[in-house]
Amino acid sequence: MHSKPTLSFVEFFGSQHWRPTSYYNPQYGIVALLLGTASVTALAMILAVPLGLGAAVYVSEFCSGKWKETLKVVIELLAAIPSVVWGFVGIMVFSPIILGLTGASSGINLLNGGIILALMSVPIIVSVGEDALKAVPDSYREAAISMGANRWEIVYRVLFPAAKNGLLAAVLLGVGRAIGETMAVLMATGHADSIPRSLVDPVCTLTATIAAELGEAPKGGDHYRVLFVIGILLFVIAMIINLVADLVVKGTRGEQNV
Amino acid sequence: MDAHISFDNVRVSYGGKTALRDVSLEIPRNRIFGIIGPANSGKTTLLKCINRTIDFEPTAKVEGIVSVGGEDVYKIRNVYELRRQVGMVFPLPVGLPLSVYENVAYAPRRAGIYDQAELDELVERCLRQAMLWDEVKQRLDMLGTKLSGGQQQRLTLARALSHRPRVLCLDEFSIAIDPVTTMKIEDVLLELKNEMTIVLVTNLVQQAHRLADNTAFFNDSRLIEVGETEKIFSAADEDLTRRYVTGAFG
Amino acid sequence: MSESRDQRLEYYVSTAENGSSHREVFAPSSFERRKAVVEQVAKYTFLCMVILLVLPVVTLLGYLLVKAWPALSFSFIFENPTNHMTAGGIWAPLIGTFFLVLLSLAASAPVGILAGIYLNEYARDNWLTRIINLGVVNLAGVPSIVHALFGVGAFVLFAGMGRSLLAASCTLAVMTLPVIITSTREALAAVPMSFREACWNMGATRWQTIRTIVLPNSISGILTGVILQVSRAAGETAPILFTGAVVYARVADHGLRSFFPYGLGDRCMALSMHLYTLSTQVVDVPDEVLYGTAVVLIGLVLAVNSLSIGARIYLRSQKKW
Repeated sequence: MHSKPTLSFVEFFGSQHWRPTSYYNPQYGIVALLLGTASVTALAMILAVPLGLGAAVYVSEFCSGKWKETLKVVIELLAAIPSVVWGFVGIMVFSPIILGLTGASSGINLLNGGIILALMSVPIIVSVGEDALKAVPDSYREAAISMGANRWEIVYRVLFPAAKNGLLAAVLLGVGRAIGETMAVLMATGHADSIPRSLVDPVCTLTATIAAELGEAPKGGDHYRVLFVIGILLFVIAMIINLVADLVVKGTRGEQNV
Repeated sequence: MDAHISFDNVRVSYGGKTALRDVSLEIPRNRIFGIIGPANSGKTTLLKCINRTIDFEPTAKVEGIVSVGGEDVYKIRNVYELRRQVGMVFPLPVGLPLSVYENVAYAPRRAGIYDQAELDELVERCLRQAMLWDEVKQRLDMLGTKLSGGQQQRLTLARALSHRPRVLCLDEFSIAIDPVTTMKIEDVLLELKNEMTIVLVTNLVQQAHRLADNTAFFNDSRLIEVGETEKIFSAADEDLTRRYVTGAFG
Repeated sequence: MSESRDQRLEYYVSTAENGSSHREVFAPSSFERRKAVVEQVAKYTFLCMVILLVLPVVTLLGYLLVKAWPALSFSFIFENPTNHMTAGGIWAPLIGTFFLVLLSLAASAPVGILAGIYLNEYARDNWLTRIINLGVVNLAGVPSIVHALFGVGAFVLFAGMGRSLLAASCTLAVMTLPVIITSTREALAAVPMSFREACWNMGATRWQTIRTIVLPNSISGILTGVILQVSRAAGETAPILFTGAVVYARVADHGLRSFFPYGLGDRCMALSMHLYTLSTQVVDVPDEVLYGTAVVLIGLVLAVNSLSIGARIYLRSQKKW
C-alpha cells in the first residue's frame, strides 16, 4: 500500500544519515533513529526495572490488606496518565531541573526522555510482575515458612526462581511500552538528527520521527513512504516482543507441573 | 417418546482417545439401571450420549446408533426437546445464581410457560419430590448458590424434574454430599422409577446393589457384562466383574 | 552450619539442665538475628522503591494542580480559546474530545462485546479461531503511532474520509477494539462452565443460556472494561494527530452550535492535541492556561479510571457465587 520506496535495504538500515528533507540528496538511513530508540529505552529500563520489580515484590509479599489494595489502585491510576501529559511534564518540569543540575544547553534530551519513559513503564512492570508473583502457588511459600525461612528468603530463594519467567515477561512488556511510546518521547527528547553522544544530547526515536514528520512529508513521495516503512518496522518489533513475552510465560506453565 | 434406551455398536472418541468401544446395550423402561466401573471407563460419556450433550465436547466423535424411545437421537428434529425429555444430575452440586424459585422455574420458562400459578405449582411439586421443599419454602428467593452442597444437589434434582423427563440420569450424584442427603435422594429415586426410567452411574458399588434393578459393568471403555443386579453381584459370568464387585480393584 | 547447630544443641541442653525458663529454648541465635536484620533491610529497601515511585508522581500532580489553580474555573471549561490560544478556555477541544470518544466507542463497544461473546461462547477451537485470538492480542500491544499510520492509510486515504472527525473516531475505534474484546472474554470466562452445562442439560439453547445466565453475571465486568477504554481514547494524541485533529478550529461560543460544533467531515480540536499544541507550538502561553489544560485532561482521565476501578471493587463485593 504505502511502502517500499526505491531504496536499498542496506541504506535504510545501515546509513547514519537521516536527511529526508534535503533537496538534492535525501537520505533515509535510520541508524540514528534506531540508536535513539535503543538508548532512550535502555536508560528507561535501567531506572524502571529495579524500581518496578522491587515495587512488585513489596506489593506482593510485604504488604497486605488495605495498603495493598490502595497501592494497587495507585499504580493502576499511574498507568492511566496519558502520554501527552508525561511529555508536558518532561518539557515543563524536568527540563528546567535538568538544566539547573547539569548546565546542559537544553533540557530536552536523552536524560529527560529516559526518566519520563521509566515513569511510564514502571506501572506495567509492577502489575505484570505482581501477577507473576501471585501465580506462584502458596504451597511454595508455606513449605518455605515451615522450614524457617523469613519473607526475604522466600522472595530471594523461592519466588524469584519460580516466577522468573513471569518477571522476565513483565520486563519485556515494559520494554515494549517504552519502544512504542510516541508523544512523551517526542516532547521530551526533541527532534535531533544525530546520534546522541552524551546523556544530555537530544535524541530522535523511531516513533517521534514519524509523529514529527508525517504532517510535513508530501503525500505519496518517498519520504512519506519511508515513514510508513518505519511504522511497519515498529509494528513488527512490537509483535516480536509480545510473542516472546507470551512464549516466555508459556514456558512457565510447561515447567510447573504442580 | 418412550423411555426405552438402546445403544447399538456405539463407539465414542475424543480426538485420538477412545472413550467407548463397541457398546451395545438396552435399558428397560421404568427401572433403575445401574452402571458401575472404575474411573475413566466411559460411564459419563455414555450418559452424555443419551441427551446429546456430547455435542458440546469439541473433539468428540460418535459412531453407532443411540436410541431413546425407538428414535435415533441424531435423527431427532429438535435436540432441545430431547434434552428436556432427559434429566441430568451431575457429580458436583450446581446451584444457578438465581433464586431457588427461579432455579426450578428455569426450564419451564424456556419452554414457554409463563403463567404464574402454573409455575408456582410446578416449583412446589418439584421441590417436594426432591425432598427440598420443607427446607426452602420460607426462603424461595434465596440465591441458589448460597445453599449447602446437599441442598444444591437436591435443587439440581428438582431442576431436572422440572421439565418432566421420561429419563433421569444421575452421574455419581453422591460423591460430594453427606450420607443423610444421599439416603433421602435414594428414597426419591425408588419412588420416581414408577414414572420414569432411571440411569444411575455410580462408583459406589453398594449403591448400585441397593437401588438398581439391572446393572452394567464397564471397564476401560468397554461393556464387560450386563444383567440383573442380583446376578451381577452374586454370580457374575465374567471374572473381571466378580473381582470388581468384591472390591478387588477400582 | 553443623557446628553452630551443635553449639545450639549444647546450649539448649545445658540450659534445660540448669532449670532455666523454657523461653530461652526459643531465643534466637545470632544467625537468626542476622537473618531478621536482612529481612528488615530488604523490606525497607523495597518500600523505598515504592515510595520513590509513588511520591514523585503524587508531588508532580500536586505541583501541576497548584500551578493550574488560578485558571481553573467554570469559564475555563466553557469558553473557547482566544487570542491565538493564549487566553480563554478549552471548550472547543473539550467538546471535540467528547465527540471523538463517543463516536469511537459507539463503534468499538458493540462490535467488541459481540466479538468477545462469539469468541468465548460459540467459536470452535480451530486454526481460524487461534489466528483471530493471536491477532487480537497482538493488536492490543501496537504502538499508538502505528495506529495513526493505519488510520491515515485506511480511513483518511483509502476510504476517502479525509482528515475528519469520522476518520479520527474510526482510528480510535480500531485502537480500543482489541482490548474491549479481550476484557469481554475475561468477564465471560469468569462465569463458571458448570452454570452453562446445567442450563444445556435442561434443554436451553446456547443463546438462551447466554441471555439468562452468562451475560447478566458478566455485564458488569464487560462495562468496566469499556469504561477503561473511554479514558484511553480521551487521552491519546498520536492516533488523532494526522487523522482529524487540528490545531485550531473556530467553534461557536454560545447556543446549540457550541454543543454540536463539528460535522462528521470536519476537523476537530481535541483536549490531548490541545495540550500538545500549547506545549510545543504556541508561544507566550501563560502558565496557568497551560497547566490548566493539563490538569483538566488528567482529571478527566483519572476520574473515568476511578469510576471503573470503583465499579470493579463494588462488584467484587457483590459476588453471587
